[in-house]
Amino acid sequence: MPHVKHDLQQKTHRRMLVCRGTGCEAQKAQVLYAALKAELASAGLSDEVEVIFTGCRGLCQMGPTVLVEPEGTFYCNVKAQDAAEIVESDLKNGTKVERLLFTDMKSKEKVPNYLEIKFFDSQRRVVLRNCGFINPEKIDDYFGVGGYQGALKALKMSPAEVLEEVKRSGLRGRGGGGFPTGTKWDLCSGQPGEQKYLICNADEGDPGAFMDRAILEGDPHRVLEGMIIAGYAMGASKGFIYVRAEYALAHQRAMKAIQQAAEHNYLGRNIHGSDFSFDVEIKLGAGAFVCGEETALIASIEGRRGMPTPRPPFPAEKGLFGKPTCINNVETLANIPVILTEGSDSFTRIGTSRSKGTKVYALAGKIACSGLVEVPIGTPLRHIVEEIGGGVPNKRKFKAAQTGGPSGGCIPAEHFDIPMDYENLNEIGSIMGSGGLIITDETTCMVDLAKYFLGFTQRESCGKCVPCRLGTKKMLEMLTAITKGESSLEELDQLIALAEDVKAGSLCGLGQTAPNPVLSTIRFFRDEYESHIVHKECPARVCVDLIRFEVNEENCKKCGACFKACPASAITWEKKQPAHIDKSKCIKCRSCIEACRFHAID
Amino acid sequence: MVKEFISLTVNGPDFQDRKVTGQKGQTILEVLKDNGIQVPTLCHHPSMPPHGGCRLCIVEIENMRGLPPSCATPAVDGMVIHTHSERVVRTRKTVLELLLAYGDHNCLFCEADGRCELQKLVYEHGIREIPFRSTYVSVPKDDSNPLIVRDHNKCVLCGRCIRACLSIQNNGVIDFGGRGSDSFVTTFNNTSLKDSNCVYCGQCIQACPVGALTEKKAAGKAQAWETEKVRTTCTYCGVGCQMWLHVKEGRITKVTAVEDAAPNEGRLCVKGRFGYDFIYSKDRLTTPLIKENGGFREASWDEAFDLVANRFREIIDRDGPDAVAGVSCARSINEDSYSMQKLFRAVLGTNNIDNCARTCHAPSVTGLAMSFGSGAMTNSFSDFSKAKMIFAMGTNMTEAHPVAATFVKNAVANGAELYVVDPRRIELADFAELHLQIKVGSDIALLNGLMHVLITEDLYDKDYVARCCTGFEELKAKVMEYPPERAAEITGIPVPTIRYVARRLAAVKPAMLVYCLGITEHTCGVNNVVSCANLQMLLGNVGFECGGVNPIRGQNNVQGACDMGALPNAFPGYQRVDDPQAQAKFRAAWGREWLPEKPGLMLPSMLQGLLDGNVKAFYVFGENLANTEPDIHHVERCLQAAEFLVCQDNFPNETTRFAHVILPAAAWAEKNGTYTNSERRVNRLRKVSEAPGVSKPDWLIFKEIAERMGQQWPSCSARELWDNEISELAPQMSGIKYSRIEGDGLQWPVHDENHCGTSIMHKDGCFVCGLGKFIPVDWTPPAEVPDEEYPFTLTTGRRLYHYHTRTQTGRAEGLNEIIGEETADMSPAAAGALGIEHGEMVRVRSRRGEVVAKARLTDRVPDGMVWMAFHFREACANWLTNPVFDPICETAEYKACAVTVEKIQDETAAGRS
Repeated sequence: MPHVKHDLQQKTHRRMLVCRGTGCEAQKAQVLYAALKAELASAGLSDEVEVIFTGCRGLCQMGPTVLVEPEGTFYCNVKAQDAAEIVESDLKNGTKVERLLFTDMKSKEKVPNYLEIKFFDSQRRVVLRNCGFINPEKIDDYFGVGGYQGALKALKMSPAEVLEEVKRSGLRGRGGGGFPTGTKWDLCSGQPGEQKYLICNADEGDPGAFMDRAILEGDPHRVLEGMIIAGYAMGASKGFIYVRAEYALAHQRAMKAIQQAAEHNYLGRNIHGSDFSFDVEIKLGAGAFVCGEETALIASIEGRRGMPTPRPPFPAEKGLFGKPTCINNVETLANIPVILTEGSDSFTRIGTSRSKGTKVYALAGKIACSGLVEVPIGTPLRHIVEEIGGGVPNKRKFKAAQTGGPSGGCIPAEHFDIPMDYENLNEIGSIMGSGGLIITDETTCMVDLAKYFLGFTQRESCGKCVPCRLGTKKMLEMLTAITKGESSLEELDQLIALAEDVKAGSLCGLGQTAPNPVLSTIRFFRDEYESHIVHKECPARVCVDLIRFEVNEENCKKCGACFKACPASAITWEKKQPAHIDKSKCIKCRSCIEACRFHAID
Repeated sequence: MVKEFISLTVNGPDFQDRKVTGQKGQTILEVLKDNGIQVPTLCHHPSMPPHGGCRLCIVEIENMRGLPPSCATPAVDGMVIHTHSERVVRTRKTVLELLLAYGDHNCLFCEADGRCELQKLVYEHGIREIPFRSTYVSVPKDDSNPLIVRDHNKCVLCGRCIRACLSIQNNGVIDFGGRGSDSFVTTFNNTSLKDSNCVYCGQCIQACPVGALTEKKAAGKAQAWETEKVRTTCTYCGVGCQMWLHVKEGRITKVTAVEDAAPNEGRLCVKGRFGYDFIYSKDRLTTPLIKENGGFREASWDEAFDLVANRFREIIDRDGPDAVAGVSCARSINEDSYSMQKLFRAVLGTNNIDNCARTCHAPSVTGLAMSFGSGAMTNSFSDFSKAKMIFAMGTNMTEAHPVAATFVKNAVANGAELYVVDPRRIELADFAELHLQIKVGSDIALLNGLMHVLITEDLYDKDYVARCCTGFEELKAKVMEYPPERAAEITGIPVPTIRYVARRLAAVKPAMLVYCLGITEHTCGVNNVVSCANLQMLLGNVGFECGGVNPIRGQNNVQGACDMGALPNAFPGYQRVDDPQAQAKFRAAWGREWLPEKPGLMLPSMLQGLLDGNVKAFYVFGENLANTEPDIHHVERCLQAAEFLVCQDNFPNETTRFAHVILPAAAWAEKNGTYTNSERRVNRLRKVSEAPGVSKPDWLIFKEIAERMGQQWPSCSARELWDNEISELAPQMSGIKYSRIEGDGLQWPVHDENHCGTSIMHKDGCFVCGLGKFIPVDWTPPAEVPDEEYPFTLTTGRRLYHYHTRTQTGRAEGLNEIIGEETADMSPAAAGALGIEHGEMVRVRSRRGEVVAKARLTDRVPDGMVWMAFHFREACANWLTNPVFDPICETAEYKACAVTVEKIQDETAAGRS
């Protein structure tokens, strides 16, 4: 299994790889890209140095990023006006532009080489191996890294053999459920009928999760290749990529990839001389979280309102347009080519006994290096947070990690060493989910966190079943009451009971998992809930209704930081005097609390 | 299919380990219900696909995760089910409590009080208060349309209205909108129903388990427990929908469909559901009226009867019995038509009796009798939804027979192929595989062209043709004159389309042919009908389920009026008046030594006879000829010429103006009786209200006139008339007695009292007349075609919200609000060429008259056509239509005449001249 290092070492000629994923694009990477080209041209280096754009490399917080090969020089937060300096200094004169290099979080030293950045070095990139290193809009680039070899190999095998290979790999669905992929294909393949469908679910909707987007943006052909292999194995002649309309770039690159793949006969009739014909069509979702639910997604593709239907019948029996249908997540499908090219044995060497391969996480929250990370399944949470993410910044303490987004739960510090796999996470009341990983520290209020996620699921509930439509609404109102200090311990018990009813009574996964963040935070942080209820106090000082917004003169160091931070001119302060907050002017924005390093505001 | 039985174990509220059996393919809920085990439901409805949203029918199943909804989970052999475990009951209660907390469920102000399913469930679950602090904020009711009120505050979002609209009626007007707790039921783009595609069938109201959807005009009329439900048959089109009249103190408060009843299976249309209250109109005739000094004065029944009897006697004495003629009512009960024809034949001594089938389906009665030996719809409405191939010609079903259309749309949803032949792109065409937009009156050319392909490509059913039919060679010779190229030229349908459709028709067996007045209302009406019969025999489709030739009758009892012998040539049961055996039979039955043997006049000849002086006395029962017959100017001249005109009706109308005496009659819902629907089903009509004033049932009026003229008739009720006379005399009805049609009616022929009726005629190709007859026919163009002076073809028809000449629908609250005036429907291109914009007044003129109407521009009408209906007096299409008739059965060519259209510059000039 190649490590990220191998990929880089193969490159010998000089190239500048400009990340143009959505994150960097939002920071005007397209202008930077044009500027670098122009500067190279005016420096007469156009023939010697190639500038290519790539998909996401994961370290989005540092974007736009530019990687110079073969040296591996990694420039961060590059702006168009830096282009001239990079060309002049680095490419022409061989002097690295020091100020644009990555700064190590702990040592505060500049890291000249990409491979020495811990964020990258501590990962194991299988699915993301091409993301950030090839031009996603060029099929030749994909060919250059062995693209479509898996599909060609599969087409020389029988569908049953391909299926067997995927089964042996132990690959499990990366959308969150963890259902064995090979078994899922087998269910569909075993159904009678000529017409079957494969759907690639790119309706990633969890707040903070963007791995599917990054894969489609950075390596769309890999997903297509996975789909071709899947379609072949289960006997589907038509595939759909269901991608949310907000993912404009992913949509556009997937479209280009489909066109190029068709031009090269990787899609269409009799693919590469085989008997297998396969087409892929893109369907745009209107941005409903519930469409991640298989039956709702099918309804949406069919042109109906995205609402789930009871199962059975399962999509494998009666799915899209009433035909057997298999739905796989983007990341799952992106794993398939490598299983074919390198074999299931090689794949099973990564991961744990129960879960093979890697998992991509969207690391966010109170973490030094946020972004997209890929690690073997079973990697301890501590490794992800401390080694890859560089730990919790500002000398604060890790409090908990929220996995699985609005459907998941939290992992408290006492489980910091938990190996992250499906079963372990389930055991502690969370889920793997699609890979959202949000780190919290002591300034995060767990009630507020639960409220945030429940607010999301409440808004995204399709409204079909009563427990989800109204149960989450009621729960949200109860949580809000807690954050306002207007609840009671009796009502907390009512909340737990209602949460259990919503879990048990809801129609689809959205409602069945919506209470998880609430139940999980109550399980591990009940004291925090009780503080809100009994003492009318928010320990993290997040819930503004429970903050008095008074200066604690004992703690106040009279530094004036709060005075400077207050946007409402509600604080008066003079040198060597404690600050004072005028409550009639205070807008409870918490700027003072965030500015004060001495916990002097109650 | 062999039924596979399964066994389940159920642990219920007060029993353990009960073994129950069900069938494979059933849901858990169905098995439980069949075994008498109650599980609460709210979003479940037996005629809709499962929704699984309310989460009340959840159960616990051993070895299965979660709490699956029993309504959507298939029952599997060996399942162990807990219907009322603590977990299940607790979740159900939570669901109910949440619904109560987030709505405004105050039963005091609710129309659904007493029938509300939520109310019942809350009570049953012992919920006595709402445990949650409610933050619900009420929203205003939507009562912006004339018929349906939606109160979102009471909505439980069970989706039953949505599924009723989509899965049952196939309209799909409403769906969920919004997200999460803000979800609500709305239309596309969240418009009001008035601006949506809603057709006000009210199926949504019927589906609503709570008080969120209610009939506007039922508000405050009655509470659920105050009403009695009486089953009856709809008074509108020929589908014969079965409905419940909700009656309080002798007054209908609302109407709902009878679930699981044939033929409508719980469905109604706007007219059926909302068109009932015309009987309570202040306009009703309440007493006999006699014309005096140009006006009418009230009279007693005695005086009126004496006048009628004396005048008839005088005229018969002077001019002979054939100087009297009458038209029976196709909207009234069988017993009325039977009595009227009996009055004419046995008392007055003439066969001059007809009914309004003359203006619509006489060609079907005649043509199909020629081809098959029986002139009725061969199959049943229940075949429609099961059909795999439907060929619909000249039937604007979604407007004229809306409930029948729902079954066709269901069939399409189930994968059937539908081909629609119509000059207009009618709504049904939107559901069709192909719309064959033929030129008006080119049907035979198309049918002959299709048959040409079937024969030349050897696609017809040779075995069936050889076994069941005669005249193939003659047919072949004729259709060989219509190669697709010629058919294409006449019809405007491209050759490849003709070939394609012919091949498809041959490929899917059986195909069902459905037609309506687009076929019959032509000078070649009979030929059109036999041509349809030819096609279906050639395809071997007659005599099978989901096949046949199916004319859909326009009025509720036009089938019955014909069956009852309100025809100039036949006694009840289509026994010919010139047949000696029939003569003998009826003379004996009616105690007469002589009955007229010469077939009488048909309706157009009667009218002409008034003008010519051959007919002196004219008896019009429940018809408004002054509006319904072609060329109103001419018709009114005829009526004016009558020496003595008797009108018997519910309301004064344009025809009664000419009457010398008007007799007030009991209306629908004011009498008992039977209607026979289009599929030959004899259904019961039941009395719930008293007729106003001294109005009498029509059969009683005829009986009393007979009495004045010296004959005592034995039957003293509709039931006696049917059981003792009609059923004894008409062989098709011999097995039908009132006692047998309390529920679903029976489809004639019913041979004896053990026979369960005939859903498919000419079974397996065994025709009533022995062998089916191929009758070769030529295409002939309409009598009047456009020319330079009159460049448009006017074609006429019906609109959804109105019926006939609006005597009923015009007096039903709300219907007039939806469509309050006639329009001239034109294509935007044709209108544009004349500088006419949508909504502008235009003058439509034919060689016979002119009308002024608003132009309604719609691309459903082809260029070169003007389309109008005859519902409204002022702009009635019949001022313009051409009084030319089919030579055999005298049905007028309502579907084609030539007109010109001009924009009216000065709107004050509007009005008819």
